[in-house]
Amino acid sequence: MNFDAYSVTRSTRSTRVGLSLAGVLVAVLLSVPLWASTDTMRLSIDIFLYVALAALWNFLAGYAGLMSIGQQAYVGLGGYLFFALTAHAGVPPLVSVLLVGVAAAVLSVPIAGLLFRLRGAYFAIGTWVMAEVFRLSSSLFTPLGGGSGMSLPVKVAQAVGSNSQERYATVYWTSIALLLGVLLLIVLVLRSRWGLALTAIRDNELAARSNGIDVGRTKLVVYVVTAFGTAMIGALIFLQKLRISPDAAFSVNDWTALVIFMVVIGGLGSFEGPIIGALVYFILRETLAGLGSYYLMILGAVAIVTMLWAPQGLWGLVRNRWQLQLLPLRLRVLRTTGGTGELPHTGV
Amino acid sequence: MESWTNTIIQGVMAGGLYAMFAVGLAMIFGVMKLVNIAHGDLIVLAAYVALVATQTLGLHPLVSLVVVIPVMALVGYLLQRGLLNRTLGSDLLPPLLVTFGLSVILQNGLLQIFSADTKRLQAGGIETASLQLGDYVSVGLLPLLQLVLAVLVIAGLQFLFYRTPLGRSFRSVSDDPQIAQLMGLNNRHVFGLAMALSLAVVGLAGVLLAIRTNFDPAIGPTRLIFGFEAVIIGGLASFWGTLAGGILLGVVQAVAASFNPEWQILAGHIAFLIVLAIRPQGLFGRPD
Repeated sequence: MNFDAYSVTRSTRSTRVGLSLAGVLVAVLLSVPLWASTDTMRLSIDIFLYVALAALWNFLAGYAGLMSIGQQAYVGLGGYLFFALTAHAGVPPLVSVLLVGVAAAVLSVPIAGLLFRLRGAYFAIGTWVMAEVFRLSSSLFTPLGGGSGMSLPVKVAQAVGSNSQERYATVYWTSIALLLGVLLLIVLVLRSRWGLALTAIRDNELAARSNGIDVGRTKLVVYVVTAFGTAMIGALIFLQKLRISPDAAFSVNDWTALVIFMVVIGGLGSFEGPIIGALVYFILRETLAGLGSYYLMILGAVAIVTMLWAPQGLWGLVRNRWQLQLLPLRLRVLRTTGGTGELPHTGV
Repeated sequence: MESWTNTIIQGVMAGGLYAMFAVGLAMIFGVMKLVNIAHGDLIVLAAYVALVATQTLGLHPLVSLVVVIPVMALVGYLLQRGLLNRTLGSDLLPPLLVTFGLSVILQNGLLQIFSADTKRLQAGGIETASLQLGDYVSVGLLPLLQLVLAVLVIAGLQFLFYRTPLGRSFRSVSDDPQIAQLMGLNNRHVFGLAMALSLAVVGLAGVLLAIRTNFDPAIGPTRLIFGFEAVIIGGLASFWGTLAGGILLGVVQAVAASFNPEWQILAGHIAFLIVLAIRPQGLFGRPD
């Protein structure tokens, strides 16, 4: 068997095209605050933060198999910590965003220690209980407004930008930086040995374990990274809203249900899926406005149908039809010199 | 002293209702390893079915059970055969995601039909009637009925699971679905029956809930969480453990509420987290 005739690569023509297009897209998006209205910026910020939330939830559930329905715990925690740091401790807003992420990551370690005791499906409800604990505690905590919540002090808003155009521009750039940071972090983890371990766990946990992967530790890393990113997203969500209350901060519908539906519709367990799912959601939302609570019902139904009949989502359908992938994440074996026949079974 | 006795008795009785939320959940998990996230919303659905039955047929809420229980059982069977059987397999995510989607659909569907206004079933005085025991202790008739029904339901399930052919088929599809099938069981039908039984209990719990408190379309998830906490506190070993878990949760909530009503639900969650921290197999469970 001649091994020199084969090479392993992640790159394909579509990933090279995909990366170049992504580069152009990022350049265009970075220029938006220079020419767009505050309404455009507000919608874009929403989209960026939801794409980031979806990417993180997919990282947690799609790759590590940690089905959380309590990620609103970290969105709300991020929002509240941000309000506490800026309004009460006088920390500059953008520094606070980073501190919030670090604090949530630290706090997520003992929380994981507790919740990881619940196996599989019960873990999901456990995460929800934790989010409820956060929500009920925040409504008892009067320095941050108790049950009725609080507004961000004017001086904090002014520290972000002296007028609303400037403030939106700052939040916009911070949001896109956070989104790119989250996506980059996920790509880096997926391409590292942790990523290989995660893919193995996703495909077959028992086989992964028997190959020496420390499954608990790998899942913990994913949980903590997700908490870090999700809390920072929460800080930015409530910086943009300028107001926080327990029900808004820890809303299961806004921060988890919608996100789950986006990921499932786009494609669970793929890098591109959550991005596509979030974009589909926003296209639907902007075209089908005014449907009220029918809207969530339709999304839920579409997610159920997707889960049952196309479990790899929209992106899975596209990928299988045209063999596309936009980022160099999947390994593939290529024949580099002549010879015919099947790819060899190399046993590695 | 007498106020403490009363508080604890209130808690024990509320715990009967939590145990009824919990047994349906625990049973489904036991038979097919499915955690039904829409469980709480199905309890609320049962309450609305009872509301419609009492309003259109003019039935007393307790009499409406003869309508609500069969309707919910049918819903359960059809739901299992039509949707949930398709999600069962080695992967944990599909059943969770599908029942989560179902939960959101149910909540918003009820919101569309019945609006967000709170509703209540009027049971003509049972709600407020009470029995005086001794000089200090009084027991509400409805809470007492709840507890008695919970004990009966659990004794009934225990009998059904361990003493009847149907129970034997539930246990065999749980132990080894392939062998059960080889022995001539139709697993899909058995799963359908298990879900029908679970939702029959949900029907009873929903009606009792609706007589006892105000309800609206959004209260489902909290009922799911109470049931879930009762299951985990009691340990997954037996139905009686679940009853004990429900009662413990009820007592903790009642004691906390006697200090400050705002602490009631939070205290229950914290009790659950403490049990999880020091005895993750539950108070009456065996370590795995």
